[in-house]
Amino acid sequence: MMTKPELMKRMVKGPDGLEFEVDPLRDYYCEAPPTVMPGAYIQIVEDFFNWARSQSLWILGFGTGCGAIEMRPLMTPRFDAYRFGVAWRPTPRQANLFIISGYLSTKTLKRAIRAYEQMQNPKYVIGLGSCTINGGMYWDSYNTIKKLDEYLPVDLYIAGCMPRPEALLAGFEEMKKIIRAGKAEGANQYAENFAWYKANQKRVIHDWDMPDYNW
Amino acid sequence: MAMKELYARLKALYPLGELTDQRRDLAFVTLPAAHLRDTILHLRDKEGFTHLVLLTAVDWLEEGQFQLTYLLNNRQRACDLGLRVMISRDAATMEGIHDIWPTAATYQRELREMFGIDFPGSPRIEEEFILEGWNDIPPYRRDFDTLKYAQEAYAERPGRVTHDPETHMRLQMYPGQHPAGK
Amino acid sequence: MFDMFPPDRSQYPAAKPDGTLDIDLTSGKYLKLWQGPNHPGITGNMSVELTVCGDEVVEGKTHVGYLHRGFEKLMERRTFIQVFPIVCRVCVPEPDFNEYCYAACVEELAGIEVPEMAKWIRTLILEMGRINSYMMYLGGQAGALGQGVIGQWTTYVRDLMLDRFEELTGARIYHMFILPGGVRDTLPDGFAGRMEETLREVEKTLKDVYDVMFCNAVFKKRTVGMGVIDPSWLEPYGVTGPNARAAGVAKDVRKDAPYLVYDRLDFEPVTGTNSDIYTRADVRRRDVWVSVDLIRQILAKMPKTGPVMAPIPNVLHWKIPRGETYVRGECSRGEYGYYLVTDGSGTPRRINVRGPSYTHAMALLERMIVGCNISDVAALMVSLHTYPPEIER
Ligand code: SF4
Repeated sequence: MMTKPELMKRMVKGPDGLEFEVDPLRDYYCEAPPTVMPGAYIQIVEDFFNWARSQSLWILGFGTGCGAIEMRPLMTPRFDAYRFGVAWRPTPRQANLFIISGYLSTKTLKRAIRAYEQMQNPKYVIGLGSCTINGGMYWDSYNTIKKLDEYLPVDLYIAGCMPRPEALLAGFEEMKKIIRAGKAEGANQYAENFAWYKANQKRVIHDWDMPDYNW
Repeated sequence: MAMKELYARLKALYPLGELTDQRRDLAFVTLPAAHLRDTILHLRDKEGFTHLVLLTAVDWLEEGQFQLTYLLNNRQRACDLGLRVMISRDAATMEGIHDIWPTAATYQRELREMFGIDFPGSPRIEEEFILEGWNDIPPYRRDFDTLKYAQEAYAERPGRVTHDPETHMRLQMYPGQHPAGK
Repeated sequence: MFDMFPPDRSQYPAAKPDGTLDIDLTSGKYLKLWQGPNHPGITGNMSVELTVCGDEVVEGKTHVGYLHRGFEKLMERRTFIQVFPIVCRVCVPEPDFNEYCYAACVEELAGIEVPEMAKWIRTLILEMGRINSYMMYLGGQAGALGQGVIGQWTTYVRDLMLDRFEELTGARIYHMFILPGGVRDTLPDGFAGRMEETLREVEKTLKDVYDVMFCNAVFKKRTVGMGVIDPSWLEPYGVTGPNARAAGVAKDVRKDAPYLVYDRLDFEPVTGTNSDIYTRADVRRRDVWVSVDLIRQILAKMPKTGPVMAPIPNVLHWKIPRGETYVRGECSRGEYGYYLVTDGSGTPRRINVRGPSYTHAMALLERMIVGCNISDVAALMVSLHTYPPEIER
């Protein structure tokens, strides 16, 4: 593991003149790995939660690939995804749905993992376009990943190159059905197989210079 | 025609190779690396080639050479001149032109990363530009096999089939015939 | 508290002898701030690393490569016709220029003469794509300054334009229509009429945009005099397109070296004088009017029938003799060009894509961002109109 200078232990002098030690990996990040979130004790309560969750899909506005260009029409009156309770949020902390909009280069994969881990539970991932499914156009490219579910738990794939906005709308509806049925267990799956996911991620991200779990 | 005159004028000053007339407004000329800087300065200051269109490299693996192409544009006369500089593939270094055009620094960073051509003294040349944590030979070199790298590095979903276009078309058009049977 | 900032801000921070800034992050005066890649105020998937002092940017570094797919390598592995479907993916919001430049390069080296009709249709598609791209820009520019409604309007007309694209080519974003040798098809019946309707809608929206965005006091206050590109930077930094035209230099490939049928169309490049964010936005707004006019001219002047494809060799065995060429076009951001080298085999030896964003978003942005306010960085970046996918390809 390479270490960036800003992640190394150092002495910092505060504005008031006091010196103190900072160890960013311990002080700024939580070391505890993610844990499985158990469902509610009574099934009917869990169903109610799932119904509520399905009604507000808040998307993280992180355009990772070409597919991001179709997000704009979705936000505007023509397709208007807002009427389905779908909204775009600028920060991972406010979002619960991460749309991987197309190919992921290894450099973006690193950021996508960080963004995913920073999102609050329960969280879902949609893979958009054939690039996330099997590499698509870039099946022989040296810089893009070919199979998204090796690195992040994917709940739903939307096929197409590039998928039309209507396909995305259908995908949102499908996603809601999955959530309501209680089958969108991506975050728990990630917590359960945390070591496996991390090993896969580290295999393609060669300069791993961040904490293993940064939320 | 204008290109020929320009070439004649330049030829009197610098040891240039043959002129390749590609179009009426586009020509390429080869010149030794040592004279590149003078030629570029002359072209920029005296001949009005003030716009650096692109700076890129071509890998001639078989000949053991990199071709650097400096494409300059003269807007007034609407013509382009490409300067070709051949440098050796091993220990490839070249003098930078980032002080003539600051924007060339970006091109040089890309060449350094993608081809492994060094431009000593160019700003931020050591920093990673596009790739992150790259651990193989520079990817745009011809001897880098991207398919092999991709198969080794990334997990693939089974089930992808690739058809060789020729065999596939033959089977489509003459079904039943064995593809190898020509 | 405020004695941290010396009164003379121009002396701040000091430069080292080699020209780089002497910034000591542990001193507590400076802060490193990353804007992007996941940030609403960024033009796509890229990032700038800002060093700020107070809220003033003292240094900015652009980081790209988040969208790198290795196109130039992939193209070397594909035959000439296999390259055609992937070129449009190089630049997502305005893909047609990739198709045109690539097709024109191949035609030139292979000695193919494109039929007249195909040239007109190509010009039509390029102009339609230009309107789309400018519409994205106008929405983005207003959005970066907090005016969300402009984006709603411009995306609406862009959708109408995409409908016309769909009618013509069958696809919304990636049209894959201009292939080496010509175009895939002629115009459908009644296309001109429906196009005219769309153009009227575009004009109506443009008028609204002018009233709401360009006459808005807040917009003016934040953009007039902001982010000036000095005309003397144009050549050193390779500035082209509307960014250069806003500085008073009528750099327009359509006029300087007419390609396709631009020499038979009547138009003047739009220029501005102030070279600030406002002028750049205004130049682009007026450029949409030019494109609208050009589309009308094209539809009126183009031949009604004729072949759209020149005969091309069997694509499975298509070999092109050794040669190299460069073809450029004026896209909505500036000069777009393809540099193609062939070596006599069935695949290209090397393709290099020269996108205008490459110079604008790297060297130029890093130069302009110094001294700017953090809250203006987004507006500044959008005003250069850069698309990250074409920087790193
Ligand atoms: S699936 Fe197609 S549109 Fe989507 S990211 Fe891949 S190439 Fe782009």
